[in-house]
Amino acid sequence: MYGYSGKILHIDLKTQKTWIEEKPEEWYKLWIGGVSMATRLCWENITPGCDPYSPENPVCIANGIFTGTPVPVGGKFGMADKSPLTGFIGDSLSGSWFSIALKRAGWDGVILHNQSDHWVNVFIDDDHVEFLDAAYLLGKGTYETEEAIREKLGDDQIRSCTIGPCGEHGVRFANVTNDGRQAGRTGHGSVWASKKLKALSVRGTKGVRVYDPQTLMQLSYDISKAAQGEHTAKYRIYGTATGMKNSNAMGVLPTRNFQEGVFEHIDLISGEYLDEHHKVKVISCAQCPIACEQMSIVKTGPFAGAMTGVEYESLQANSANLGISDIRASIQLLEIADHDGMDSMTLGVTISYAMECYERGVLKKEDFACKSYPEGLEMRFGNAEAAIALAKMIRDREGIGDILSNGTRIASKIIDAERGTESWKWAMNTKGLECPGYDARSLKTFAIGLAVGTRGGCHNRSAAYDPDMKGETNRFTLDETRGQVAAESEEYAAVYDTLPLCKFIRRCFTGKADRSGAWPTIAKLINATTGWNFGYDDVDLIGVRATNMKKAFNIREGWKPEDDDLPWRWKHDPFTKGPAAGVVVTDEELAYGKQLYYKAKGWTEDGMIPKELLIKLGMPDVAEEIGV
Amino acid sequence: MVASTTKYDYIYCDPIKCVGCQLCEYICSFTKTGEYNSYRSRIRTVRVDEVLMTAIACRTCENAPCVVVCPRDALTQDPEKGIIRVDSTKCDGCAWCVEACDFGAISINPATKLAEICDQCENEEGGPQCVIWCPKEALSLTNPDRISQKSRRELIKESLEFPTKAKDPR
Repeated sequence: MYGYSGKILHIDLKTQKTWIEEKPEEWYKLWIGGVSMATRLCWENITPGCDPYSPENPVCIANGIFTGTPVPVGGKFGMADKSPLTGFIGDSLSGSWFSIALKRAGWDGVILHNQSDHWVNVFIDDDHVEFLDAAYLLGKGTYETEEAIREKLGDDQIRSCTIGPCGEHGVRFANVTNDGRQAGRTGHGSVWASKKLKALSVRGTKGVRVYDPQTLMQLSYDISKAAQGEHTAKYRIYGTATGMKNSNAMGVLPTRNFQEGVFEHIDLISGEYLDEHHKVKVISCAQCPIACEQMSIVKTGPFAGAMTGVEYESLQANSANLGISDIRASIQLLEIADHDGMDSMTLGVTISYAMECYERGVLKKEDFACKSYPEGLEMRFGNAEAAIALAKMIRDREGIGDILSNGTRIASKIIDAERGTESWKWAMNTKGLECPGYDARSLKTFAIGLAVGTRGGCHNRSAAYDPDMKGETNRFTLDETRGQVAAESEEYAAVYDTLPLCKFIRRCFTGKADRSGAWPTIAKLINATTGWNFGYDDVDLIGVRATNMKKAFNIREGWKPEDDDLPWRWKHDPFTKGPAAGVVVTDEELAYGKQLYYKAKGWTEDGMIPKELLIKLGMPDVAEEIGV
Repeated sequence: MVASTTKYDYIYCDPIKCVGCQLCEYICSFTKTGEYNSYRSRIRTVRVDEVLMTAIACRTCENAPCVVVCPRDALTQDPEKGIIRVDSTKCDGCAWCVEACDFGAISINPATKLAEICDQCENEEGGPQCVIWCPKEALSLTNPDRISQKSRRELIKESLEFPTKAKDPR
């Protein structure tokens, strides 16, 4: 087999036994890699109905098809488990040298079963697996941990996925970091912590072979050069944060916990402002010729020295969404999230939830008492000092930080039960995952996509904000085409997430990002790597299969139609200002949109998957278990 | 022993332009072995921290320390190009050259146990493949004289264009 080794490595953290599972080539043609393969491995290995923090919830890592080759932006892997935030599939992607090392070590995937009884650093040294004591790494941040492992094991080329203090403490939305990138959402870090897995390290010294190197090199070269032009200019020059002004202009920039969609100090938190005042350097993920990560530093004020990569999603959640106009405070918040290992988007939305609780009198100053602030904190919107203090309390699960470390859905349940309040109304999550930075009240196709999304509030899986914001749809209303638009944009994204390729390359194949522009070249890349005979339809099916597999996993975990919902605020509480003022997604619209989407997917009115469809997609075993 | 400066060309990486993608390592190992494997690359990327990164290959030192220390006289330097050549019949992989190189630009092939050094792709059409591929044009085949000339020119250009700021990080 080319491009793959055909081998999945199983590791039992309790017994410290390992075994190899060999998969046939036909299996790889169905699941490819990344999100789809990781989800499939979850289906095969997770005990249905398990507690996400139990030994029966293994972490499944799936490598990419192009990982370790020069195919631009193909150095990524997928990680999946049952999410402790949503109770459904938790799937993340990360660009990384870790995945390349794993490929060179000869593994297409790794399954981490069971739980260790002491903190462990698992080290995959080509064919060898060692279980190293991780006591010396405890308390270390993500970057520090990676460096300490390289130092201890004596090889700069050893790459590690690690959790930081947030994971160790059991913050529910802790994430897993490698090389400064994160498998960021749905709380993988806390699942790792339940296994006492501090780090997974890999050394891979073998070469990666492909079927047709000449063709692959030529295609890769052309794409790599195209990636230096206009098609990626937005990412290369200002990074994704360049979207801040546009979102604000359209009135969809979450402001003060999604209470408004425009922020009065937008010029102080824009990508352009960041570039002018804080940019140090632009860096890339593994194997990426674009390079969009805007490394930004704080030079003055109380947070001087704070530095991290700043992107649209992490920035909006920790600036306008908190009413904070001092971008230096946002960089400080992001540094805490990245270095100590938690999801910066969920962090921002959790802090904004707490701020609204404070402003509405649900939480008082003294509720925020901690060692550094024994009197408590005035957690009002715009109070940067308080936001940063709260981020640290969440990290350490100190005081109210303990409750808030669960994310907004669980935290609001606990707080409302204690105090008889209704703070769940401003807990901005779908399925328990905090919402991204495109307010969906006036992006109605995206609203459908978010409601039905299998991993909850995520812009990466349900990419329907794109047609809404580009004006390809009337974003303020729904019509009968939107189910199809939502389904197609989700499946389009799922192709990239499965290969995986970073979506920022999408215009560099031919200049056109749509299916007709991208799929033929992607098929050629797949064929040159593997020797298969994929065509347009085969590429298209990758996304259809991935989305159905994820939904199937959720159905097996007890998904019900009412789980496809939106936050209360988006349905009942319109903006007072900006171009999207007065707009909500009504319950009728939501129900209509869901029906359109289910129909477009070929599902039943209840959102279940027919047996025939699953069989047609090559999933007879899935059809048997959950098909209707 | 201090490495001497060079009159020869070598593969230079501009750390300001380098984004750390590591593509040069894949291209190099593929060119030399037909496989993608950083461990077999003759150019190595270095990532010291989140923003400090570059790539290093043989600097073609004059009076190259690696040549001087080789106990088996396996290393010779091309008098015109400055490229260090390894005689595989003499090299026994003792790694003294690796130790002598101040730049860490020599590695021992894990399979053959012989020293491997960048030869600027002297047998490849178009010259150094890493230079051709580098997406950010951070790599070039050049020498200290040319680098300093270029620096001076760019300094003046930037000063005269002041305060217009180059926005494209390339």
